[in-house]
Amino acid sequence: MKNIILLAALSAMAQVPYERIAKAPSEPASWLTYSGDYASHHYSALSKINRANVAQLKPAWMYQVRGRQHFETTPLVFDGVMYITDPPSDVTALDLKTGRPIWHYRRSLPAGIPVCCGQVNRGVAALDGRIFVNTIDSHLLALDARTGRVEWDVEVADWKLAYTMTAAPLAIKDKIIVGIAGAEYGVRGFLDAYDAKTGKRAWRFWTTPGPGEPGHETWSGDSWKYGGATTWVTGSYDPELNLVYWGTGNPGPDYDGSVRLGDNLYSDCVIALDADTGKLKWHFQFIPHDVNDIDANQIPVLLDADWKGRRRKLMLFANRNAFYYVLDRATGEFLHGVPFTKQNWAKGLDAKGRPIPNPETEPNQKGALVYPDDDGSSNWFSPSYSPRTNLFYQNVREKGALYFKTSVEYRPGRLYLGAIKRDLTDEEPYGTLRALNPLTGEQAWMFKVQSPPWCGLLSTAGDLVFSGTMEGDFFALDAVTGKHLWRFQTGGEIWSNPISYEFEGKQYISIASGSSIIVFGL
Amino acid sequence: MAISRLGYRILWCSLAAVTLVPAFGQEPVTLGERLYLGQCAMCHGARGEGGRGPVLAKPKLLHATDDASLNRIIRSGIPGTGMPGTGLIDAEILAVAAHVRQLGAVRPEPVAGDARAGSEVFFGRGRCVACHVLQGKGGIFGPELDGIGARRSPTHLRQSLVDPAADFPPNYAWVEAVTPTGRRIQGLRVNEDTFSIQLRDLGGQLHSHWKQELTSLRKDLKRSPMPSYRDTLTATELTNLVAYLASLQESQ
Repeated sequence: MKNIILLAALSAMAQVPYERIAKAPSEPASWLTYSGDYASHHYSALSKINRANVAQLKPAWMYQVRGRQHFETTPLVFDGVMYITDPPSDVTALDLKTGRPIWHYRRSLPAGIPVCCGQVNRGVAALDGRIFVNTIDSHLLALDARTGRVEWDVEVADWKLAYTMTAAPLAIKDKIIVGIAGAEYGVRGFLDAYDAKTGKRAWRFWTTPGPGEPGHETWSGDSWKYGGATTWVTGSYDPELNLVYWGTGNPGPDYDGSVRLGDNLYSDCVIALDADTGKLKWHFQFIPHDVNDIDANQIPVLLDADWKGRRRKLMLFANRNAFYYVLDRATGEFLHGVPFTKQNWAKGLDAKGRPIPNPETEPNQKGALVYPDDDGSSNWFSPSYSPRTNLFYQNVREKGALYFKTSVEYRPGRLYLGAIKRDLTDEEPYGTLRALNPLTGEQAWMFKVQSPPWCGLLSTAGDLVFSGTMEGDFFALDAVTGKHLWRFQTGGEIWSNPISYEFEGKQYISIASGSSIIVFGL
Repeated sequence: MAISRLGYRILWCSLAAVTLVPAFGQEPVTLGERLYLGQCAMCHGARGEGGRGPVLAKPKLLHATDDASLNRIIRSGIPGTGMPGTGLIDAEILAVAAHVRQLGAVRPEPVAGDARAGSEVFFGRGRCVACHVLQGKGGIFGPELDGIGARRSPTHLRQSLVDPAADFPPNYAWVEAVTPTGRRIQGLRVNEDTFSIQLRDLGGQLHSHWKQELTSLRKDLKRSPMPSYRDTLTATELTNLVAYLASLQESQ
C-alpha cells in the first residue's frame, strides 16, 4: 500500500502541467522551460551559491554524449531528472543524484540533410507527462517522459527542401509551438502550433505572406516563396495578453536584395501572435530589406516596468544587429533603440525605430566591410535579466568581416546566399559580457573574453552571472560589479546556455561543454 | 569558428599557395568555381582557407582520401558532422570536386635557380634549420618545411623570404610579457584563453602564465620573428634557396 502511494506520488510528480510552467519563477528548484520562464529572464532565484562561496564551486558529475556536433542543449530539470538533447536529434534523461542515464531516444536520420550551421539541437519542452523535441529532419516528437517511448511523431516540413529544426519547442497551455530553420536555402518560413496530446497541427503562421495577405506587397515577384524569415530560436509568452513572441530570421537570398525588392515582411522581425489562433497581433521589423544576413532570432525578454511615469508591459531585445531595443509588448510600439556595441550597417534609427541603412555595407565586388559580421553581435545564445540587480546581461560577439557579392539562383535544397565572407586578418575578434540598464541600454560594466562567444548567460539570486568561452572556460562574475570570481577549464568549446536547479537541498549549476554536460555544486 | 584555434594554426602550415584562385571580385570562370563559391565557400572559404568548415586548400584531405570519397562527400555530406549534402547532380559534383582538388594543388610554376646550391644556403648561411624542422631535424620555433614546395608557390616562398611579415596565419601573434619576478619573455603565441596564455620562446621553451599575474602583456599581430633575407643573401642565393624549397614535394 505504501509503495502504491509512493508510485502514485511519483507519477504525479512527473507531470508538468501548464500552470506549473506559468508559475516557474516561484519554483526555482526546477528549470521547466527553455528560457527558465515564459518571460525568458534566464534567471534563477536560487542563492545558496553566491558571491561569498562561489570560489568553492566544483564539478559534481559529468555526462558525455556521443555526437560530434556542437552540443547546444539547454537542459530541463524537474522531479529528480534532467532532460537533454544530444546532437543531432537524440534525447537523454539523466538521474540528478548520480548523472546516470535513465533512458535514451535515438533518432535514425537520412543522409545528406542540408544544414547551414550544423546538425544541432538546443533542447526539449515538457508538458504534462510528455517531452517534446524538434528533429533535424523537421519532425516534432512527443516522448513519454518516464521511458522515452515515442507517443507521436509528425512531419513539420520536408527536409529535402532544406527545412530543418534546431530550437527547443515552447509548451503553452495545450499546444506545442515550434519554429523552423533553413533560410540559407530559400525556404519559406513559418511558426507552427501542435496539439500536445495528438500531434495535430493547430495553426500555422507563414512569415512571408502569400497573395492576398497583408505584407505580400513587400516582396517583388515570387520572391516571397523563397523568402526565408525562419523561426529557429525559441520565443517567449505573456499569459495575460495570451501573446506568443518570436524572432524571425533573414530574408532569402541572404545577401542579394535585388531579387526581393521591398521591406520583405516578416523577415528580421519580432512577431506577436495569439497563442490560440496564431493570428498576428502586431509585428516590429528591426531591419527592412536586410542584405547582411543579420536575423532577429534572439530571445525577447519580457519585463513590466515604469516607463516615463507609466507602468508598461515592455519587451527588451538585444538584436544581432548591435542595437538594443525596448518595445511595448502589448502594441509593438517602438520606445527606444541604441547601439550596444560597434556597428556600421546603420547610420541610426528614426523616431519609429526604422534603421537608416549604410549603403557601403551592402556586399559588393570589392568586399564590403560590415560590423557586426553575419554571426551578429548577439545570436541564439540567451541573455539574462536579474530582478535583483535590475540589469540586462548579454554576451556580445565583437567581430567584423568582408562580404563579396556572388551570383545567386534558387534551386530546391541548395544554398541561396548571394555573397561570400572573408574574415579580417588585421584585427583579432573578441567577446564581451555586457551588463546594460534594461530601460536605456546604457552599459553598467563589461567583461572582455578571448573570442566571440557562443555561450548564453545565467544570472542568479546569489548575485552571480555565469558564462562560458570558446576556449572552454566556464566562469562566474559578480552580477553587480562584473568582478571575476570563479572559473573552471572544461576542456571543450562552450556552445550552450547555463542553467541552475536545486536537488536534495543543494543548488547546482549546469553547462554543456564540448561533448559533456557538467554539473557544479558546493 | 568551430575548429580549435590551435588546430587551425597547425593546419595553416600546410596551406596551398594563395595565388591560384582568382582574386575576390572577379567573376568565377568555371562551373566548378561558381558552384563552389555558392555552395561551399560559406564554410570552407573562397580559397579553401577554411572557416566554419575545415581547410580544403591542402594536398591531402582528411575525409576525401580519393576521388570517389570526395564525390561522395560532396553529394551526401559527412553524417554526424557539420558537412551537409549538396544535392548537386553528377556533372556538377565532378566540377566542384575538380575545383576543390585545384584549391589544394600548386600550379607548376617554372622555377629558376639551382636547388642543390639552394640546399647549401638552407643548411649553411641561411641558418634556416635553427628555427624550421626539415626531415626531422632542426628547431621547432618556425613551421615545418617538409613538403612546403607542394603547398606554396615559388612566388609565395620568395615573398616569405624577402618579407616574412607579408602574410600571417590566422591567430598568429608575437607576444612580449613581463612575469611577476620581472623577467621579460617573448615568443610566439601557442594558445590563449580569457585567463591564460601559452607561448614558445626563441629557444623553443614553452611558457604558460595566468594573465592576471603578469606585470605586462603585449601582442603584436604584424611582427614576424623571421629575419628578411632581402639583404643578407645575394640574388642568386635567394633564387637557389627558393628553388630548393620548391623542390621539397614530399611531406614526412
